[in-house]
Amino acid sequence: MNSVTGGLSRRLYGPRGWAILALCGIAIFVVMPLLNLAVPAESPFHVSAYWVTLFGKIMCYAIVAVALDLVWGYAGILSLGHGLFFALGGYAFGMYLMRQIGSDGQYRQPMPDFMVFLDWKEFPWQWWNSDSFWWCAMLVIVVPGLLAFVFGYFAFRSRVKGVYLSIITQALTFAAMLLFFRNATGFGGNNGFTDFRRILDIPIATPQTRMALFAFTGATLIATLLLARWLTTSRFGRVLAAIRDAEQRVMFCGYDTVHYKLFVWTLSAVICGIAGALYVPQVGIINPGEMSPANSIEIAIWVAVGGRGTLIGPILGAGLVNGAKSFFTQAFPEYWLYALGLIFILVTLFLPQGVMGLLKKKQ
Amino acid sequence: MKGPPLAAPSYMRTLLFGLWLAASSAFALDAATIDKLAFGDGDEKIAAIAALVAEGDPAAAALLQAAADGELQTSGKRVLIVKGEEGVDAATGAKVSPLPADREDVILNNRVRRELGGAVAALKLISPDSAARLAAAKELSGNADAAMLPLIKKALARETDTEVKQLLELTQATLELKTGTRESRLGAVRTLGLSTNPNTKMLLLGLLEKSKEGSFTEPDEDIRIEAQKSLRALEGRLAWGERAGVLFTSVSLGSILLLAALGLAITYGLMGVINMAHGELIMVGAYTTYVVQNLFRRTAFFDWYPLAAVPAAFLVAALVGMALERLVIRWLYGRPLETLLATWGISLMLIQTVRTIFGAANVQVENPSFMSGGIELFTGVVMPWSRIYIIAFAAFVLFLMYVLLNKTRLGLYVRGVTQNREMASCVGVPTARVDTWAFGLGSGIAGLAGCALSQIDNVGPNLGQSYIVDSFMVVVLGGVGQLAGTVYAALGLGFANKLLEAWQGAVLAKIAVLVFIIFFIQKRPQGMFALKGRALDS
Repeated sequence: MNSVTGGLSRRLYGPRGWAILALCGIAIFVVMPLLNLAVPAESPFHVSAYWVTLFGKIMCYAIVAVALDLVWGYAGILSLGHGLFFALGGYAFGMYLMRQIGSDGQYRQPMPDFMVFLDWKEFPWQWWNSDSFWWCAMLVIVVPGLLAFVFGYFAFRSRVKGVYLSIITQALTFAAMLLFFRNATGFGGNNGFTDFRRILDIPIATPQTRMALFAFTGATLIATLLLARWLTTSRFGRVLAAIRDAEQRVMFCGYDTVHYKLFVWTLSAVICGIAGALYVPQVGIINPGEMSPANSIEIAIWVAVGGRGTLIGPILGAGLVNGAKSFFTQAFPEYWLYALGLIFILVTLFLPQGVMGLLKKKQ
Repeated sequence: MKGPPLAAPSYMRTLLFGLWLAASSAFALDAATIDKLAFGDGDEKIAAIAALVAEGDPAAAALLQAAADGELQTSGKRVLIVKGEEGVDAATGAKVSPLPADREDVILNNRVRRELGGAVAALKLISPDSAARLAAAKELSGNADAAMLPLIKKALARETDTEVKQLLELTQATLELKTGTRESRLGAVRTLGLSTNPNTKMLLLGLLEKSKEGSFTEPDEDIRIEAQKSLRALEGRLAWGERAGVLFTSVSLGSILLLAALGLAITYGLMGVINMAHGELIMVGAYTTYVVQNLFRRTAFFDWYPLAAVPAAFLVAALVGMALERLVIRWLYGRPLETLLATWGISLMLIQTVRTIFGAANVQVENPSFMSGGIELFTGVVMPWSRIYIIAFAAFVLFLMYVLLNKTRLGLYVRGVTQNREMASCVGVPTARVDTWAFGLGSGIAGLAGCALSQIDNVGPNLGQSYIVDSFMVVVLGGVGQLAGTVYAALGLGFANKLLEAWQGAVLAKIAVLVFIIFFIQKRPQGMFALKGRALDS
């Protein structure tokens, strides 16, 4: 038994890799909580709530980037609709958070504010059982997973691939965005969900809750990375890479490529949904803007900046691009689109392997 | 309210009838009527107004207009129309100068004012200007008063314009229905059946209504049967009007989609380049139109600015496109996914550039005067000229593109390079240059689309983003590699969108169409009109 787990750990990362991972773990689970909660606010070493939220948000994005790298970097499927799965997870968990507000909303009614505003007397069917944490947690996984499964089944079975697939995933998220913008869809229309108060009956805005969410997001990120690494270094992962490089040869070798693609596609969507569910309580808002095609394309650029097919790279990429975004939107808001546009162009022209490719070249 | 409500109209009617007889027998304006208008109490004033209307005389029209404009004054027993420093006697029409000093304004309360407004409109019916008559007839068709019936009859007798005549006949029928004899009411119901006005439907439905006890509010069965017939005829005609309206808006939307997608049919359909900045090239065309329009604004040739804007939009967008091809896209041929990302980056930079130059708010592009207004097919179904011109423009661009691709050397080269790049290169086609030209052509057509869209849509930095998904859907649905597919797909999507919209609303229609396309692609991954081949991978 010992040798098996030992073999597995050796397969995933070398000693240096594990050491770096352990360092990251210490930073997330020990250093950040200490600096945020234990160090007094006057101290120069204190990490403010702003930074905790920002890092938490970026870690959510990093989870999405790893999920997209699984399908794009390893199976060659570029999805321009991963923002949809992310938002669906966010909405599913957001329903629970909305119910947790209870009667503390602006209208002091047991229904969420937007329903009171629309003069709805009872919850629509989508909200059935939404006051249960476990039900909503299950929806976070099932809704994006099911949508991805159904969409993927039809798309991969008819051998839709390459740019065609990218474009119709974009159409999918665009259609969903239009749907969620409607008030009648029952998810708050334009404004979406916001103004959360509690999670699991604990006030959501306290430093302790924020840190707990942060740590949980960090744990999810590390778990996602390990899972993805395990998957891609397995036999399954090698078949995926073969599909990416020459799908027809794999088919003629007797593999049913649809199953492989469908599995990794659905898994990727589920991971995105979980990331969305972690994102909403930390950022405090979810609205249909998250489903806009532009958001989904940005996910692809995180992966491209970091380096496709490296898993670590997309995490770096999500951090770099979003760090730059936070910096620019504060310092020079009018130049951010130029910077982002340039990142898109320069990375595709000069850095096809991303930052990881640069690092590898150095070695 | 004094007395039972029904008594007043019947009393008024006899009174009016008498007044009308008295008035029409007089040659000029009746002095007694004018006195009543000037000195009488509210009811008398209204009666006087009705009498003047019934007279249908230009002098009466002038008098009422003066009263409505507050130019009616009294001096002792005389009634004067005072315009500035000049005055005329209302009864005789003689000039009064100098103006007497003891003038007083005629006081009109709101009720009288309302009557006066209707009366002035009614008297426009006898104006010699047919456009004024048409306007008056239109205003009356909604809210005519029974007292105006004699005037309408009079106006009808000498009306020559068929459009005005139709409107008046309808108004007359509406009034007859309320007040006339059995025969005239039957005739009125029949006339109403010839209407195209949706309001008439309510009127006819009112005749067929049942009261709470289950008896008909209209006691005469013949009239009910006749009303039923007229209603059926009217509904049929209204349905046709609605269908014509949907047909027009569908073709209009289809032509817009076609314009937006035609450029993409070249860059994506023929060259295989995923240009996510296509929408922004449309935006560039629209902003070019805006700039050209501003240059023409102060000149007398403002209406001619599209003549300059169309080539300018084409050239600017084409140059931007060719620069993009040279600088970025050229290095990414054969890597479609990377092209997609890089061109998305370009689109972001173009959006920000436009925001920096023109600001984030929408800019105003004014239509030239020949493009404003429209043709009214039926009441409520208007075909705006701007949309008609855009349909024609789309057809024109399509024709131009067809000629360019099939009858010119550049078109030959483009098709050659598309079909077999190596072979074309071997026989001496400068493939790299052809790529640039073809990309420039596609971009230029996007610019033309922007020029057209600026006439009907908001021009702002996000213009392109709203068309990019749609135009890709058109090309994907139509199939890559030929124009016919693009045309059918654009028109098909236009129809599907508008038909569903009439049924379920705009947003759900759009969602349904997108979902339909997603499923369609599953069934026919190569689009409607795929080039046939046996390759496993395309």
